[in-house]
Amino acid sequence: MRLLIRNGMVVDPLAGTTAEYDLLIENGVIVKTGRAIQASGAEVLDAGGKIVAPGLLDMHVHLREPGYEAKETVQTGCLAAARGGFTALACMPNTDPVVDNRALIRYILERAREAGPVRVYPVGAVTRGSAGRELSEMADMKDAGAVAFSDDGRPVASSAVMLRAMQYAGMLGAAVISHCEDPELSAGGVMNDGFTSTRLGLKGIPTAAEEVMVARDIILAELAGCRLHIAHVSTAGSVRLIREAKGRGVPVTAEVAPHHFTLTDEAVEGYDTSAKVNPPLRGKADVAAIKEAIADGTIDVIATDHAPHTAEEKDVEYDLAPFGMVGLETAVGLVWTELVHGGVIGPARAVAMMTVTPAEILGLKSGPLAPGAVADITVIDPWLEERVDPGNFSSKGRNTPFTGRLLKGLPVATVVGGKVVCRR
Amino acid sequence: MAGMKKDLLGLEGAGEKEITPVLDLAASMKEVMGRQVKKVPTLRGKTVVNLFYEPSTRTRTSFELAAKYLSADAVNISSSASSVVKGESLKDTAATIAALGADVVVLRHPMAGAPHLLAGSVKPAVINAGDGFHEHPTQALLDLFTVMEKKGGIRGLKVTIVGDILHSRVARSNIWGFTAMGASVRVCGPATMMPADIEKTGAGRFTRVEEALEGTDVVMMLRLQLERQQQGLFPGTGEYARLYGLNRERLALAAKDALVMHPGPMNRGVEIMQDVAGGVQSVINEQVTNGVAVRMALLYLLAGGGPGEAAD
Repeated sequence: MRLLIRNGMVVDPLAGTTAEYDLLIENGVIVKTGRAIQASGAEVLDAGGKIVAPGLLDMHVHLREPGYEAKETVQTGCLAAARGGFTALACMPNTDPVVDNRALIRYILERAREAGPVRVYPVGAVTRGSAGRELSEMADMKDAGAVAFSDDGRPVASSAVMLRAMQYAGMLGAAVISHCEDPELSAGGVMNDGFTSTRLGLKGIPTAAEEVMVARDIILAELAGCRLHIAHVSTAGSVRLIREAKGRGVPVTAEVAPHHFTLTDEAVEGYDTSAKVNPPLRGKADVAAIKEAIADGTIDVIATDHAPHTAEEKDVEYDLAPFGMVGLETAVGLVWTELVHGGVIGPARAVAMMTVTPAEILGLKSGPLAPGAVADITVIDPWLEERVDPGNFSSKGRNTPFTGRLLKGLPVATVVGGKVVCRR
Repeated sequence: MAGMKKDLLGLEGAGEKEITPVLDLAASMKEVMGRQVKKVPTLRGKTVVNLFYEPSTRTRTSFELAAKYLSADAVNISSSASSVVKGESLKDTAATIAALGADVVVLRHPMAGAPHLLAGSVKPAVINAGDGFHEHPTQALLDLFTVMEKKGGIRGLKVTIVGDILHSRVARSNIWGFTAMGASVRVCGPATMMPADIEKTGAGRFTRVEEALEGTDVVMMLRLQLERQQQGLFPGTGEYARLYGLNRERLALAAKDALVMHPGPMNRGVEIMQDVAGGVQSVINEQVTNGVAVRMALLYLLAGGGPGEAAD
């Protein structure tokens, strides 16, 4: 089986090149690159005017299986990823049961092999049951295929437990992904603390709830000698802390979700539960600081925090609705619309933030787009425009605040192991 | 007024043009209440459902009497007595009430935005009778009516609201209402009970009550919820009374003819002293009377009466 991707602008962050050339793929591997490759009989994917990138990797996804299959399954999550241009994803362990042991890591991998068109990399829980007390069997999970550790969604409240978790993960060479939230400062909060929460009469979550934990975890990572990855950064203060820590050489990386560089807390207006997310949408100054941090490299990765919920769960009083929004199928469009066309970063850096950088954090390979490499490839049409219509989503979750928004720059082909798994 | 066409959800965004007719109509309704037979047939055949997810005697009774004085049928559903406890969703409860034929649903709910959810999903008019910390528009309208009656107008007045602003829907609705009518509003309370960016509403922000009261024409004291002490928001009622309690000395800092208001129920000796609550400047009991008149006006407007035929 041969596939020829022709005439595309190939962005290869590993080689640091952006150039127009063709890729010939045979049996799942790139076998030849160059101009005007002739390959009779090969399936041809004409990428003229489009960007050909290494397969995108979303390092922060909630697949919900096992336990919450009404929200999403490994299969539907993977289909959504493929439709969103992702060839791989890392899934968070806050399922039911929590993925805190070898058997569950294997279960996720098995489900992905059976059902999923994309590659799935499970993240294991830091503590048993994500209860924040005893360490989970991280070495066992790593052997089974866990790529990092996190108590995402139920952040580790105890500094002592977090320190030990970092020491242990650091020993294994794995990164700890921290959802930074002081549960007492955020208690009862349902949106960003600010003028909008004051107007709407909703309990606010102050930016400090995130920032005190970012500060704590940076200090602990420094002490433990562990690689720390800060998930879904949402505030200007967090950005400042991360920038300062990086300046001192602390092994810290950070991700931001598209909704946090696109929307402010004003999106909650009208008690719109689709805009209820944790960490919450913040103020204008935070959004500006995040864009600046994306531009200057303080933020390393774009990850969606894809968090599907059922329509019934979201169609309730704002206070009662669960936190989270889907992101897999709007991420590329938002990155291109807001960041690339918005003049924050160029396409090469946008690609890097969704490929080699997250791969490096998780100890995975991404690219190069050169002979010998596995043919995981995403083709993006930077000029294609489309309005977001959740009715077309492959995800079970339709909980997006972006319904009707015009996106410019969309994935048009997702290739996993040389096979086109999704085309637009 | 936010959706005054069909519903009354809040006063944010309301202007003088929307508020004044309600106050004018409330004056006619108050006249009805002063009659020997205080009942008019205006809303005969209309049904008002009071759907209360929080305990409330005064607001619920006020709405019930307002409906009855207008000859509407009024039904009360409170959370303990309804399927609410069985886990029925708000939207389903509302759909049931609508299907039973209600013309107006008066909703009191502990969660901000619940009336918006309801208004978007059912046909009957929805009146917000207090949602979480968000708004309590009928309280603000009755406060405006009371001040209008006593002062002859609202434009140019200084209004000071004192207490737990953070958790107060009364404060929010009054900030919007009084500001819309041309008054200047100050809010005052402990820093722990002051919402973020409150000054962006246009209200002045104070933590020292003496400064906030200086020359004010209206003093509105808020009820201190005693459970806020357990939440660590203030150290105790004694210190609170010492710092914020409205006594004669403090009241003397306000304009000589300043009105003293309280939405009730009062913690006497905490936020307001006995002699001030019962003093000549207090209009607290009139607020209660005016509440019925204002709610009659709102029910009339929202249950489909036309202006001019009220209280005929």
